[in-house]
Amino acid sequence: MDLDFSPVWESWRALASGTAVTVEVTAAALLLGCVLGLLVGLGRLSPQRRIIYAICTSYLTIIRGTPLLVQLFILFFGLPHFGILLPAFVCGILGLGIYSGAYISEIVRGSIQSIEKGQMEAARSLGLSYRLAMRKVVLPQAFVRMIPALGNEFIALIKNSALVSLLTIADVMHEGEKIISVSYRSLEVYLAIAVIYLVLTGATTMILRRTEKALRADGRV
Amino acid sequence: MSQSIIEVKGLSKSFGSHRVLQGIDFTVEPSQVVVVIGPSGSGKSTFLRCLNGLETAEAGSIRVCGHALVEQGKMIAEDKLDALRSEVGMVFQSFNLFPHLTVLDNITLAPQALRHTPRKQAEEEGRLLLKKVGLEHKADVYPGTLSGGQKQRVAIARALAMQPQLMLFDEPTSALDPELVGEVLQVMQTLASEGMTMLIVTHEMGFAREVADVVVVMDHGMIVEAGAPAQIFTAPKEARTRSFLQTLLSREASHGA
Repeated sequence: MDLDFSPVWESWRALASGTAVTVEVTAAALLLGCVLGLLVGLGRLSPQRRIIYAICTSYLTIIRGTPLLVQLFILFFGLPHFGILLPAFVCGILGLGIYSGAYISEIVRGSIQSIEKGQMEAARSLGLSYRLAMRKVVLPQAFVRMIPALGNEFIALIKNSALVSLLTIADVMHEGEKIISVSYRSLEVYLAIAVIYLVLTGATTMILRRTEKALRADGRV
Repeated sequence: MSQSIIEVKGLSKSFGSHRVLQGIDFTVEPSQVVVVIGPSGSGKSTFLRCLNGLETAEAGSIRVCGHALVEQGKMIAEDKLDALRSEVGMVFQSFNLFPHLTVLDNITLAPQALRHTPRKQAEEEGRLLLKKVGLEHKADVYPGTLSGGQKQRVAIARALAMQPQLMLFDEPTSALDPELVGEVLQVMQTLASEGMTMLIVTHEMGFAREVADVVVVMDHGMIVEAGAPAQIFTAPKEARTRSFLQTLLSREASHGA
């Protein structure tokens, strides 16, 4: 078997610009996912606020229970039926962000619930409102505990972003497909793409590990 | 007419079918030090936690620092509750210091967030409070590096930072190694001598005898008897008080204390 990587080298510019698109889509989706995840996670902490709780739980159930690809296609091919025509790029970010938000919300909820009840009680006893206590006391501690699980989620999101190539977004996967269609060197191109994803996920892991280490320094828990 | 700091009437509460508090009537006057004792499961801690709204009452009324907290079994609105809580200091058995903040930041958090005290002023006041509890040299460390006794002293300083009119202590020394109990009790004793109104749930009978103005004995969610420590410890009226003190004494004897 002879491997010929020359098509990969020759089109490195396309792969590089595809990688940039992948990073952009993922980063924007990550931001959206984190914001959604935080709101939904907090919303599911107080079942006594029934409407908010019901909305958050429905979101979680629907998004976690259906394939990401189907969700992306509904956004991309389905919304135009209602006169909503979003650019592919926006569909990709929305789809990935909404999907990721569901999983992040469970990470948020779990880590908040893992903080000892006494922390909230001590903060409330000083006169802090629920919101203030959450923001100043509980969330900063919960955040440190979220990091390992968030790392997994970020990595999953980076890999899942390959699906947006099916929405005509020119991400690294899409650029790869184009190279294959003219060179027929599928194995080499897919290997190159795999390496690129590996570098992206590896870098993410490293950044998060450092962040966690820094946050856990000085005898803080 | 001087106003009571705590006024409780007919306070009742259940956890499921278990009635933890059964119609408690109780008052604390300004500058009084009241110690609540009683067997475990008697409702002491629940009672204390009702007084700053950490537990919700089901029936009765509670007035704290001149404000209604519970009226005919109904708790006041959340925002009023927050304001009231800032006037009542609470010290927990498990300290509950904020581990992500330095000792000084633990103390300055609430004054800065709630009273909008400028950072510099809050820190100056915080250092004074740390000095008061003998820990000014620990201002910049994180709570994780402190001993239990030191943690509890920081927790007291943290509560004092809001300049409360009343301090509640929920078994403040029960989680401490025996040799660390003294330093915490000493801080509490100083507070009492300065005229702070204090309500303390504890098993430290020596402290109760020495510092308390009133000792309250609770059992099965009721106040069995209340009186001056000399009377409660030497001439208790109620059989239940006698049997409780008896078990304590025999336990202390068997521990060689």
